[in-house]
Order: sequence, then C-alpha cells, then structure tokens
Amino acid sequence: MKISKLLIANRGEIAVRIIRAAQELGLKTVQAYSEADSKSLAVQLADEAIEIGPAAAQKSYLNVSAILDAAGAAGADAIHPGYGFLAENAEFADAVEAAGIAFIGPTGEVIRRMGDKAAARQAARDASVPTVPGSGGVLEDLGSAKDLAREIGFPIMIKATAGGGGRGIRIANDEEEFSKLAPQAAAEAKAAFGDGGLYLEKVIDDARHVEVQILGDGANFVHCFERECSLQRRRQKVWEEAPSMALTPDVRNALCQSAVELAAAVKYRGAGTIEYLYDDKSGDFYFIEMNTRIQVEHPITECITGVDLLAEMIQVGSGEKLSIRQDDIEMRGHAIEVRINAEDPANDFMPFPGIVGDLKVPGGPGVRFDHFLYQGYQIPPFYDSLLGKLIVHAETREKAITRLKRAISELCVRELKTTAPLFAALADDAEVRSGNFHTKWLEPWLVENNHKLIQQEGGPS
Amino acid sequence: MAIETIKAMLPGMFYRQPSPEEPPYKNDGDTVAKGDVIGLIEVMKSFHEVKSDVDGTIIAFKVDNAEPITPGTVLVEVET
Repeated sequence: MKISKLLIANRGEIAVRIIRAAQELGLKTVQAYSEADSKSLAVQLADEAIEIGPAAAQKSYLNVSAILDAAGAAGADAIHPGYGFLAENAEFADAVEAAGIAFIGPTGEVIRRMGDKAAARQAARDASVPTVPGSGGVLEDLGSAKDLAREIGFPIMIKATAGGGGRGIRIANDEEEFSKLAPQAAAEAKAAFGDGGLYLEKVIDDARHVEVQILGDGANFVHCFERECSLQRRRQKVWEEAPSMALTPDVRNALCQSAVELAAAVKYRGAGTIEYLYDDKSGDFYFIEMNTRIQVEHPITECITGVDLLAEMIQVGSGEKLSIRQDDIEMRGHAIEVRINAEDPANDFMPFPGIVGDLKVPGGPGVRFDHFLYQGYQIPPFYDSLLGKLIVHAETREKAITRLKRAISELCVRELKTTAPLFAALADDAEVRSGNFHTKWLEPWLVENNHKLIQQEGGPS
Repeated sequence: MAIETIKAMLPGMFYRQPSPEEPPYKNDGDTVAKGDVIGLIEVMKSFHEVKSDVDGTIIAFKVDNAEPITPGTVLVEVET
C-alpha cells in the first residue's frame, strides 16, 4: 500500500462504508465533517475527524479548499470522495492530485470527458458500444436540430450535456413541441449548469435500466456483471437487483464486454458504472452514461461476486494493480437492495428528518444493512434523505424477495417515517415478483397503491 | 399595532430568494399579505415555500439567507 492515511470527503452511510474498507486495508482514517455532522457515526468510527465548515454543503462538503486544508492538517495522503458532492468534479480531482494527494477515483481528465454527456457518447461510439440513436454531438443551432429530430423520430429527448441524474431533460412528442421546448431547455441548462449545450436522444419505450460495474487500474479492466435498477421514482432508483432477470447469457456477455471495452478505451482507474437502456422486445442495449464514482447500489454486486469494490477502488487509487482478474469473478445467486429514506411514502414522499428512537436492525443469513443510524441520533435535515440500504442475497430471485420481506418486517426506526412500507408492498406485488417492469412502471403504481404505503403502528416503520 | 411573527414549521435551510440569481421574495419594510411567499425551506434536498399567515408590514427578517433553522425558529417580525 503506497498510502497510509485516507481522508473521507463525504458523509452518511457511504462514509461509514469507506471507513470500514480502509480500516480493513490497514489505513488510518480521517473523517471530514460539517458542523451539522459532528455527532455522525462516521465521525465516531474514524480514527480522526476534522470539521470543514458549516452545515450548508456549499461551505463544507463542496468546499475544495477546506477539504484540502483538512487533508494537509491531518497528514492524509489520499482522499475518497464517496458519491455525490465532489465525487465527479474534475477540478477537485485535479486539485487533490496537484496537492500531492492520491484521489481515490479516475483522473480529472477522465471525469471531465465522461461527465460531458456528448463527449461520453462519442467515447462510447469510438469503442463500438451501441448508443441511443440521437444527435451524436452537441447541437449547433435549433434550426438544424429540428431537421435532425425529424430524422431520428418522435418522441425525442432533449438533454443538457452538463446535466445528469435526470436533470435537464425534456421530451418532445412532435415538431411543434420541439420548437417550443428546445429553446427553454437551452436557457434552463445555461442557468442551472452554466452550459447551454444540448443533444438529442430517441425515446426507447418501456426500457429497463441496466448498468455494468467495472473496475480498472489504468491498464487492466474487469466487469463485475450487471445490476438492474428499473424501479425508479422521479428518475431516482429505489430498488436495485443483481443480476438483471431480463438478460439472456448471450446478451449479458455482450453487454458486460462492451463495458470493459469502454473502460479500456479511456484507460479507466477506479470503480465505475456504465449505464444502459435495455429493450426487452428487441434485445438491444444502448449506452446512456458512465458514472465515474462508487455507486449507492454497489453492495448488491459485492453480494453476487464476493468482490470488495471499495477495497479494490482504494487500492487502485493508491497506484496498485487490481487484485483480481476477469476469470476470478463469478456470479452467484441474486441480490436486492432497497433504499430506506427518511420520507413518508404515503404523503408524496415528504422528507421526515428527526431523532432516531427505538432502533432494531434486520439480520440473519443473507442480510446486510449499510446505514449510519444509532439510537438518539438526530438526522440532519440539510442533506439527502438516505438513511440506509437494506440488502439481501439468496440463491434465487424468488428467495431473495421472500428474504427481503422478512428483513423489512424486522426493521424498526422509531419515530421516523421511512420508505420501508413501500418495499413491503412491492415485495408482495405480482408484477414485481415476476420481474415484469420497466423504468416508467413504478410511478403509476404508486398512485394506485398509495393506501398500501401507510406506516403501521406496531409494524415496521 | 401589534407585532406578529412568522415561524418555521420545518427544520432545514432557510432561503430568502427563489434562486441565487433572483431578488429576495421580501425585504425589511415591505408590506406582506396573507398567502405571500416570504422564503423557502430546504429540507433533505426538497424545497417548501414559507407563506405569511398575516397581513402587515415586515419589520425585520430574523434569519439570514442560507441559514440553518429548526421548527419554531422566528423567521420574520411583522407589524400588523
């Protein structure tokens, strides 16, 4: 190991996950925290902790100079950015490396290239990875864009090159709508991201969201199979599975191979995810984007492959080679993750921060709960609502769903309202059990099944 | 003449303007009517408008832009 002390520039459950991985690798850990997180579990578990600023993320977890100062003061020789915040900020990665500190992730150059959606599509095409039919690069002017839209066919998506996570997307159903929406999208993207660049993509109806986990050390690249994350609300994933129940072995092989080729083409270093749309009916898959970070749903991949993704990521980030080859990676069983958020699913997912009262955590065979809760902890209202991730692993998908139901029934987080009742209801749903869904399936289901989402007194909370 | 207060109902971050580029919803000395938006509270990345429940004139904002608040924090004093 070329590093000895890792600073964690993130919070919540992922900070806890990073600390655990680092400690098992024999590294000292330093938790950077905002004023609002002084009592967080990560601060308690790390060897050291340094305050980096006030509650507002802009002044703490997004404050590059405060984080670099903290790393300097603590003598950290590596920084892990987690997900969100500065994880995919190329300037941050550059600044960390310029300070002589290892950035646990890809180079700033790769983050910049894959973070620009149009450049990423080009990189995918150059590596012969299928992309959604669309404009190719950034649109030159709205007149020729309209001709192109007609050629690709409606409905069509207008996307901001600087967008991501579902932001900056509009769908035009015909030419008239396109003429109205395209200038709006450009203005909005300019205001939100400082870059008004747009590109076009054909809408693939009833598609599944399938993504491939890859690892690279800059010279060697492997995949750890795929995850399916089709159950989404407002383009946010709520329930993820590995592997996808929709792929044939041939499609899986082609999909995973294409991800490795893209990783190799950009000489990827770190853990990354290549996201695709998968069309059940045709068997075609299309590249959407690459995420150059560890993802929330990484544990289901760890369950089915036995690979410690965080450990590999930290090792390659410190300049070592991958410890595994493709032949070492096998897939076993089926894993499901559900996101336990501090939100009331029966009340339009209204955020519900508060103090954790009685806490009972699920356990037993094949159950993992990655979280940052403890009894008496005040959940800060300033950050996202993810409290933890309940992950189950079993020999088959059917057994995994049964195990998930059992694990949810054990979970108790008083007096918060959480999304747990949503997953209890989904685990009972016939369509979910048969795996018959796509990315637009969940939202109408929520409207019809709202009555099933009310938290039961005395039941799981 | 009485002094009323508008309090926060949610915990989170208080904002006085709809977005960083736009002017504040209200300034000290402005008149305010029932139902007028006087600020936003961001709780777990979702935004909720704070509306006045009185008619009157704003004496002073008691919380700065982008300051953390808890339920019951006095945001504004209003002369009614």
